[in-house]
Amino acid sequence: MTDILERARTTTLDHGQGLSYDELVEVLRLPDDRVPELLELAHAVRMKHCGPEVEVEGIISLKTGGCPEDCHFCSQSGQFTSPVRSVWLDVPQLVKAAQETAATGATEFCIVAAVRGPDERLMSQVRDGIRAIQEAVDINVACSLGMLTQEQVDDLAAMGVHRYNHNLEAARSYFPSVVTTHSYEERWGTCQMVRAAGMELCCGGLVGMGETLEQRAELAAQLAELDPHEVPLNFLNPRPGTPFGDLPVMDSADALRTIAAFRLAMPRTILRYAGGRELTLGDLGTRDGLLGGINAVIVGNYLTTLGRDADEDLALLTDLKMPIRELAKTL
Amino acid sequence: MDTFCGRCGEPLGDSPHAACDAQLALEPPRFCTACRRRMKVQVTPRGWSAECVEHGTLTG
Repeated sequence: MTDILERARTTTLDHGQGLSYDELVEVLRLPDDRVPELLELAHAVRMKHCGPEVEVEGIISLKTGGCPEDCHFCSQSGQFTSPVRSVWLDVPQLVKAAQETAATGATEFCIVAAVRGPDERLMSQVRDGIRAIQEAVDINVACSLGMLTQEQVDDLAAMGVHRYNHNLEAARSYFPSVVTTHSYEERWGTCQMVRAAGMELCCGGLVGMGETLEQRAELAAQLAELDPHEVPLNFLNPRPGTPFGDLPVMDSADALRTIAAFRLAMPRTILRYAGGRELTLGDLGTRDGLLGGINAVIVGNYLTTLGRDADEDLALLTDLKMPIRELAKTL
Repeated sequence: MDTFCGRCGEPLGDSPHAACDAQLALEPPRFCTACRRRMKVQVTPRGWSAECVEHGTLTG
């Protein structure tokens, strides 16, 4: 049998197709001394099928904390003893955050709420917020508001939401160890409705939550089956008071292998650095990931934790000769 | 002078909170260092604010 990277080169680089689950497992089992070769292939695949541009996004928490769900990685669940308190952001602050995000060159601004799904109060706040942003800022608005009904999907599409985030979070086989208050199938269903309504689908997950290497490959394969426009890849940042609060930080070589494997699973997707990269990879690893399959970043801070300084990330992109994707090209 | 750790909320006393101090480079404080109340924290793409009902608002 030929070497996995030789086969991966043919499948992903030459043909633009994703690797299978079994092949992804092989990739994730590559020894540390082959990681540079793996990253080089993933970067070549990204450059050939996506180009050198990087999509930059900012995110904001519209409603923080007090969530009824029990996602074991999340400090915003009301079921844990996390110190995160419930807070709502008003519309003027939301617009200010969108303006600050746009000033970085970002083309995406994602409004996030810690909820099972939106109620009428939240939908009303989102409606007012999107209208105010659209009047003041030239930026695409995305939302992440949990599980949706068909009516809510249609409402968000009518408001002009062009991309909706709803992560699978974990592989189907590991999901019950991560969330017990709703099912993997419910999440999958919302993703399907979003795409059917014409919004772009943003769907990714977290790694480093105690899953096996095979379950990491399974998540990548299941995301590839879903075929989202964008895949945000988060690395667990163990939060105090959560069930995963005492897990170790993911090994950086494992994190880089995972980035490359996700790129080889989905050669044409927008693969975004999301939460936890500062802790897992640091400055040098951030650079390695951008040269290993990543072609999008969340700039600045996250929902409850802080990110790298936005100016440092933008300087890194300049250094790597990776231009920021312009707004017109995202529409 | 701070009485409580802004990250874990425990009394500072004489014991070091080096791990908490390191983490506070990556997250805003959650507890008021004067009274230990949990603060209302809002993180934005380029900053954060943390409000204690008794001791006011910190920003970063």
